[in-house]
Amino acid sequence: MRTRGGFNLEINYILPAILILIAAFIVYTYNRLIGLRNTADTAYANIDTLLQKRFDLVPNLVNTVKGYMKHERKLLEEITKARTDWMKASTIQENAGADDIATKALKTLFAVSENYPDLKANQNFMMLQEELVGLENKIAYARQRYNRTILILNMVIQKVPSNLVAQLFKFKTREFFEVESDQVRSVPNVDIQGGDNQ
Amino acid sequence: MDPIYSRIASNKRRTFFFFLLYAVLFAVIGYLVGIYMGEPIIGFILAALVFIVIFLISYFGGRGVVTSMAGAREVTKQQEPFLYNTVEGLSIAAGKPMPKIYIIESEVPNAFAAGRNPEKAIIAVTRGLMNRLNRQELEGVIAHEMAHIANYDVLLATVAVVLAGTIVFLGVIARRMIFFGGMGRSRSSKGGHGQLIAIAIMIVIGILAPIFAQLLKFAISRQREYLADATAADFTGYPEGLASALEKITDMQVPKSSIENSALNGLYIVNPAIGLKSANRAAVLFSTHPPAAERIKRLRAM
Repeated sequence: MRTRGGFNLEINYILPAILILIAAFIVYTYNRLIGLRNTADTAYANIDTLLQKRFDLVPNLVNTVKGYMKHERKLLEEITKARTDWMKASTIQENAGADDIATKALKTLFAVSENYPDLKANQNFMMLQEELVGLENKIAYARQRYNRTILILNMVIQKVPSNLVAQLFKFKTREFFEVESDQVRSVPNVDIQGGDNQ
Repeated sequence: MDPIYSRIASNKRRTFFFFLLYAVLFAVIGYLVGIYMGEPIIGFILAALVFIVIFLISYFGGRGVVTSMAGAREVTKQQEPFLYNTVEGLSIAAGKPMPKIYIIESEVPNAFAAGRNPEKAIIAVTRGLMNRLNRQELEGVIAHEMAHIANYDVLLATVAVVLAGTIVFLGVIARRMIFFGGMGRSRSSKGGHGQLIAIAIMIVIGILAPIFAQLLKFAISRQREYLADATAADFTGYPEGLASALEKITDMQVPKSSIENSALNGLYIVNPAIGLKSANRAAVLFSTHPPAAERIKRLRAM
């Protein structure tokens, strides 16, 4: 009687304790996943807004530059094409691809502009350059933030035991916003060095 | 991610203890002044009222107090596009709202951040900082300030500055009370009494000043500076930018510059008083910031 009673008592405590622990773990992991997903959504929206801002400046830039840069038609076409690509893009990969092309082309454009003193003295161009270089930096930071969030999100979704919770609530891993030009991000400057990374 | 949350929690705890200590000190001052006035309880109540007022001012208006003490003025994107873009970029990297930007018209390069939370934060830089640093260096400095904002370091730093400033201000008042009170009231019958109170307050403040200096040190700790440096390097992905900025800034601090202010010194990325004391080993021991050379070494080792 006594031992059975003692045994029952232990079961009475241990089983609920384990259940509570499991429930707490599920709640914690679920909330963490939701938090990460929301951060990722915000970060992605941030990239999108910034890309929008940059591509909005492209027609203005092309118009300003056209009169001065007679020999760089291909470069200007490339920038315009990146804009059209981006407007049609629906996946992360397509967005990143357009972003990558524009980043590289703009870098080259600003490097080449050194050869056009008249253009460099143009007030409108100077303003556009400052704005676009600023935007380049912001886009790079937004990408970095998005990718870091995705790194953690994917880790939580894939690692044991949090992957069980992720599967239970059907959380999906996400793609990184990858661009080649990020490898030269360490020096966020309009610099000819950027062209080496092809 | 999680260590950052625990760091924020520990910063909030420190803020609470800082206030607690401050409240206790105020109660003691009030009680002492009350004894001289013959009514310890009234002194105590007065001190409590003063404390509440100062608390509210430093919590809700600390940003304004700090910027006006520093002689900083707010600038718009149109006025300073380069600075604005840099700050906006790093606010994106930190995932925090865009802080307000202030400029201090001084050729001595330096910068600080203030505010009670990331939503109400400001970053102030001197004209000299913008003129003498290149883009990567400026990014490093702004990233360091953004790290302070993201880690909630700014709340305690801002509050500490206002409280320290209050003590300095009280000291000035006390001195004036002795000087003018003593002269003007020498003929009235109550003159002696008033003078006694003033002397008492002076003595109390004289004793408390070094204690508050210690509190400031406690609030703006060296560990936070190292952490902010590391976080900044993480934001920009380029520790050398901040390292070389620290080198330049440290070299360019001059003794008794216009930005030097005993209440504000601890807030700046590099203590403006460093130009004065760099040769003094004791200055390093008692400084709120770790020596710049050590910070630069750590950044370059990343």
